[in-house]
Amino acid sequence: MRRLVYLLPLLLFAALAGYFAFALISGRDPRELPSALLDKPAPAFDLPGLGGERLSAATLRGEVFVLNFFASWCAPCRVEHPLLLRLARQEGVRLVGIAYKDRPEDSRRFLAELGDPYRAIGIDRDGRVAIDFGLYGVPETYVIDRQGHIRKRFVGPLSPGQVERELLPLLRGLARL
Amino acid sequence: MFIELGHFALALALFLALIQSVVPLAGAARRLAGWMAVGRSAALGQFALVAVAFAALTHAYVTSDFSVANVAANSHSAKPMLYKISGVWGNHEGSMLLWVLILALCGAAVALFGSNLPRELRARVLAVQGMVGAGFLLFILATSNPFLRLVPAPADGQGLNPLLQDPGLAFHPPFLYLGYVGSSVAFAFAVAALIEGRVDAAWARWVRPWALLSWCGLTVGIALGSWWAYYTLGWGGWWFWDPVENASLLPWLSGTALIHSAIVVERRDTLKSWTILLAILTFSLALVGTFLVRSGVLSSVHAFAVDPSRGSFILGLLLLAIGGALALYAVRAPALQGGGLFAPISREGALVLNNLLMATATVTVLLGTLYPLFMDAVGGAKISVGPPFFNQTFVPLMVPALVAMAVGPLLAWKRGDLAAALQRLWVAFAAAAVVVLVGLYLAGFKPVLAVLGLGLAAWVAAGVLSEWAERVRLFRLPLGESWRRARGLPRASYGMSLAHFGVAVMVAGVAASAFEQERIENLRPGEHIAIAGYELRLREVRTVPGPNFIADEAVMEVRRGGVVLDEMLPQRRMFTVQQQTTALTAIRSGLAADLYLALGEGDAATGWTVRAYHKPLVSWIWLGALVMALGGVVSLTDRRWRLGVAARRPAAVPAAAE
Repeated sequence: MRRLVYLLPLLLFAALAGYFAFALISGRDPRELPSALLDKPAPAFDLPGLGGERLSAATLRGEVFVLNFFASWCAPCRVEHPLLLRLARQEGVRLVGIAYKDRPEDSRRFLAELGDPYRAIGIDRDGRVAIDFGLYGVPETYVIDRQGHIRKRFVGPLSPGQVERELLPLLRGLARL
Repeated sequence: MFIELGHFALALALFLALIQSVVPLAGAARRLAGWMAVGRSAALGQFALVAVAFAALTHAYVTSDFSVANVAANSHSAKPMLYKISGVWGNHEGSMLLWVLILALCGAAVALFGSNLPRELRARVLAVQGMVGAGFLLFILATSNPFLRLVPAPADGQGLNPLLQDPGLAFHPPFLYLGYVGSSVAFAFAVAALIEGRVDAAWARWVRPWALLSWCGLTVGIALGSWWAYYTLGWGGWWFWDPVENASLLPWLSGTALIHSAIVVERRDTLKSWTILLAILTFSLALVGTFLVRSGVLSSVHAFAVDPSRGSFILGLLLLAIGGALALYAVRAPALQGGGLFAPISREGALVLNNLLMATATVTVLLGTLYPLFMDAVGGAKISVGPPFFNQTFVPLMVPALVAMAVGPLLAWKRGDLAAALQRLWVAFAAAAVVVLVGLYLAGFKPVLAVLGLGLAAWVAAGVLSEWAERVRLFRLPLGESWRRARGLPRASYGMSLAHFGVAVMVAGVAASAFEQERIENLRPGEHIAIAGYELRLREVRTVPGPNFIADEAVMEVRRGGVVLDEMLPQRRMFTVQQQTTALTAIRSGLAADLYLALGEGDAATGWTVRAYHKPLVSWIWLGALVMALGGVVSLTDRRWRLGVAARRPAAVPAAAE
């Protein structure tokens, strides 16, 4: 019986190692979250806009765009922000922002401070649209095609690698269709 | 030319490491002095060769040799010299090379200064060190070779991530690796002891300096990392419970347990198998941390470039090192029984309490770090475990540890008298009560936990001073006699007092963070922010050129009561090569509080966003960590480590009389 106690650390480690091996072999990217809405129509929304005009899914239909949920209170959004600016200014990506559970004046200050990469911004004060999208947290980014279908979801701050390897090739592909 | 030499030296080092891991072990088993002596030469040779390899890579960085792929990917000719050098370990391959260099340095130190070790033990320790070294050298050569050439060589390099071009970060990895690798020596001693089948007080005395050294390195390394995050990320946070931070905290926690439990082995010849387990665990956690950071299994802001082949290789190393050690432990540890039960109210009882709390904290942080991954693997929901989890579990574990920390050193070995110890702590009670009452009076009841935290810090600090006063019989003997006693106290005792005092300082800094103030405002020249009685006036924003960046620099006047105290110059730096901006915060640091300024985006027409923070006692966090590490260093200079070790009991049977 007492021997078993001394065996315990080894057994626990074996379980941990088995799990590590599984995580490694499954090769899944821990940052990847499949969206339940993948290749399905994006939820409809109609939000007051930060610039004054309302932002609705209907008016965005017909063009490929990247929908980015952000908030001024979210630290990873600050990390991601320079990349969004680059996407908008250098790559000409059509970025649409949704300010998630954020006061409009805070969103404005956030953008004034860091720069504004968005063509249009909707204000989702109560987070209802976020619930429709199944948002895990901010930032979260969706690629939406001409038909208004969700083609890709990025959870957490975008990384330069994701942008180069996944986001930009996908956008180029969608633009060609 | 140097590069090929470095590559060749690294391959030779692997060869020597393999010899080092086999020959001395066989020699110790067969009692062949010549074979055992091989370990010493091999360890020294291995260090020399790895040093040559490291020098070769450093040379390539210093001379900006972009024909080396690693240099081209991580350096740039217009980078200041300090960052060219720190760039050597600012990437995966180079950091592994630094890892191995420090490992070989520790091996060489055991070989050089271990002449008072029994021959067999030294041979076995060096052999285990050799195995660890061989594993990592093979890893570097097979999957992460820093000496690959690029043909044709690019005209210039891609530059180091601007966030990493910072003096704090230049020294963060070397200290951290000293901590990780130092724990490998304790690990080697533990495995060697398991092979020999004996652990005694002398063994603990040899292990403890290494565990202490490793603990000091980790303390400084973690503190530097946290300090860096504080002043570069631009919003003044200093700990995020990020998986990679946790990966460095885990071996620190179990290492803290180890340096305390080794005392019990040394003094009371008991708690042996637990101490062995802690030594194995501390290095294992360092390895697991390395695996998590570099395999891509975990996502984190720190994650290195991810490569699955590296992940499987490190996993293989983990299996061999940790699995092997723990299997050996399962077989041999039951025979290590020694000592016996002891009274819960005693010095050793207090040390065991420390161990219980530290071990629980280790498991808690490990679970919090791995749980999201685990849920994902079993197909459960994607969840994230954030600071609230850690704050709600870690803090309640640390509170009893802090309460007991003042009491433990006042208890006698074998049978302590709790009432008498508490009686001697009346000053600490009074200090804590005064701090809490004054805090509540000044701050109101709002952050009541923070006020209690400050009280706890006062309790620990006053407790440490009381313990010292007790030892020198302050005010009970003439001052001259007390002074004589104070000088006669062993360094290890001062080390403990310093380290515990450092904890108190740090706890005060952490608790006071609840009182910070924040103002974010859009300023045009001439306008000001008012914060904590200061008036911060923006005079102008000017453009300043740097070696590899262009910066906007705000000139901010700091006034208090109309008097100009100082000028603060926060910058926004645009790094031209990477097209990335970073904030250079301006911090007016003081013992009482930091005034912290970060400059946001803006222009002359619309004004600039300025973030200002007032953070009371925040510098105490790192000051406390430094004092803790200093305590470790002072303890390391104790003459006990150099003398009297050779007196090892002849019998392998532990004293059953106790």
